[in-house]
Amino acid sequence: MSELWELTAHEAQDGLRAKQFSSVELTESVLARVDAVEDRINAYITRTDEVAREQAREADGRFAAGTATPLTGIPFAVKDLIVTKGVRTTAGSRMLGDFVPPYDSHVYEQLKRAGAVMVGKANMDEFAMGSSTEHSAYGVTRNPWDTDRVPGGSSGGSAAAVAAGECIAALGSDTGGSIRQPAALCGVVGLDPTYGRVSRFGIIAFGSSLDQVGPIGRDVEDVATILDGIGSHDPRDSTSDPAPRPDMRHYLGRDVAGKKIGVPREYFVDGMDDGVRTRIDEALRHLESLGCEVDTDLSLPMTEHALAVYYLIAPSEASSNLARYDGVKYGLSERGGSMWENMEQTREQGFGDEVKRRIMLGVYALSAGYYDQFYLKAQKVRTLITNEFRDAFTRYDALVTPTTPGVAFPVGDKLDDPYAMYLNDIYTLPSAVAGLPALSLPCGLSEGLPVGLQIIGDVGAEGTILQIGHAFEGARDEANRLAPL
Amino acid sequence: MYDRAMPISRDQVLHIGRLARLGLSDDEIDRLTVQLSDILEHFEALAAVETDDVEPTAHPLPLQNVMRTDSVAPSLARDDALSNAPEVEDGLIRVRAVLE
Repeated sequence: MSELWELTAHEAQDGLRAKQFSSVELTESVLARVDAVEDRINAYITRTDEVAREQAREADGRFAAGTATPLTGIPFAVKDLIVTKGVRTTAGSRMLGDFVPPYDSHVYEQLKRAGAVMVGKANMDEFAMGSSTEHSAYGVTRNPWDTDRVPGGSSGGSAAAVAAGECIAALGSDTGGSIRQPAALCGVVGLDPTYGRVSRFGIIAFGSSLDQVGPIGRDVEDVATILDGIGSHDPRDSTSDPAPRPDMRHYLGRDVAGKKIGVPREYFVDGMDDGVRTRIDEALRHLESLGCEVDTDLSLPMTEHALAVYYLIAPSEASSNLARYDGVKYGLSERGGSMWENMEQTREQGFGDEVKRRIMLGVYALSAGYYDQFYLKAQKVRTLITNEFRDAFTRYDALVTPTTPGVAFPVGDKLDDPYAMYLNDIYTLPSAVAGLPALSLPCGLSEGLPVGLQIIGDVGAEGTILQIGHAFEGARDEANRLAPL
Repeated sequence: MYDRAMPISRDQVLHIGRLARLGLSDDEIDRLTVQLSDILEHFEALAAVETDDVEPTAHPLPLQNVMRTDSVAPSLARDDALSNAPEVEDGLIRVRAVLE
């Protein structure tokens, strides 16, 4: 028999309900797997073995009492910008190296309420700024498919942990691609929900008009189940959408024949790997064979501006959000001189290079004389990008694109060229800027490394993209392919 | 009307660094001048997009002025709120003098 850590969450649920194994046994299997591979992957900043064991015992109690939910007993990796009461939460930064939150985020509260198990706090690019998890103050996370390569980022620890069997499922966060890009590069499934779908209460802020928490899992069903588990309305986040949430799992297994799928040509640019293009072309033919109407005669000309729009708006919001790290209230505090000296020393010591770069870019874009030219201009073009999508969704049920232009790249390859690193996000930025839901799921390998297919939906249309993704995954037998570690 | 203040000058980087209170070293200022210029150069195409009658988007949701009832509820205990403060005295955060 295969090891318990190899199961998907829904397979594990079936086993737990059938009393084939206990939640404690499942959790111990995952913890042993972490012991075996973590020194090669570095998926976690903080391991929480004892929390996990305690939660697993509680989960077994719930199965015995008949109060289990679909997430009860499932071992999770939780991205380390998701605040967890009593468990150190660093956001990948030296600035928060000793920060022990006195409260829980909404999403961790939901996981606990559902009876899930937390294995550890997953590694990430500092304050979620990066596409490789190399910008972490706690070391690089390695891609389980090839440990000389990056796992993507910023939720690289979460995606690598799922792919390596160091958890069954994970929570990440997506600002411009930080769930979908690492999910693609690690060969797992990741969903960036509609902005407002999942509460940001207790999420360490990066770009507040873009940040969204979402699931990473081994197949589409797991991702749908997790969204149902964490996605309730939360009055503590004023941007939490009060609209009712349909049950995502109701969409799975439904016929996708007749679904209209647009394929915008701007996503097939020079610089895209031939291997990726081949896999995406195959995937489109596969969707046609399922009865989808695939239209490649679609142009979204604003796509090319999404990168500039994002890298002006997100750093601007970040420069404001990160002003709170002043060494006074919490976090790192250098205390050698005057108030201003302490503040500068604290920020100099506490922030890494990429975070400083983005703060600088944001302060510049917001500063007197440049505000209209950069920040306001970006906000206006953001409207045009959003309108273009809105128009497309009057004709299509979903848009399908590659998730990334290439497969996982070698560690260190793009560290000295920030703009080359930003280009990794070109396919994930446009939907993020428009606040739309988007799913990345595996669609085969190129050069032995995973390729991700992205399915973008209209506002609130998570159900539709999960339905299409689930049909594609089932027809291709792409679910739960673990990295050959 | 694209003004050629871009790429960004070293003096501008120094100024922005002071505004952001980042305590940047000379090396960092030099490096950031090159890197930010490179990044901003790639953003020049944005200026050519016609946006005269376009409203800016601050936020992707149509929600506005979300209110809640002003009801009394338990909040974080003072000791918990202060648990991560670098220096505490009499239930307060101790800070450096703002005015010398």
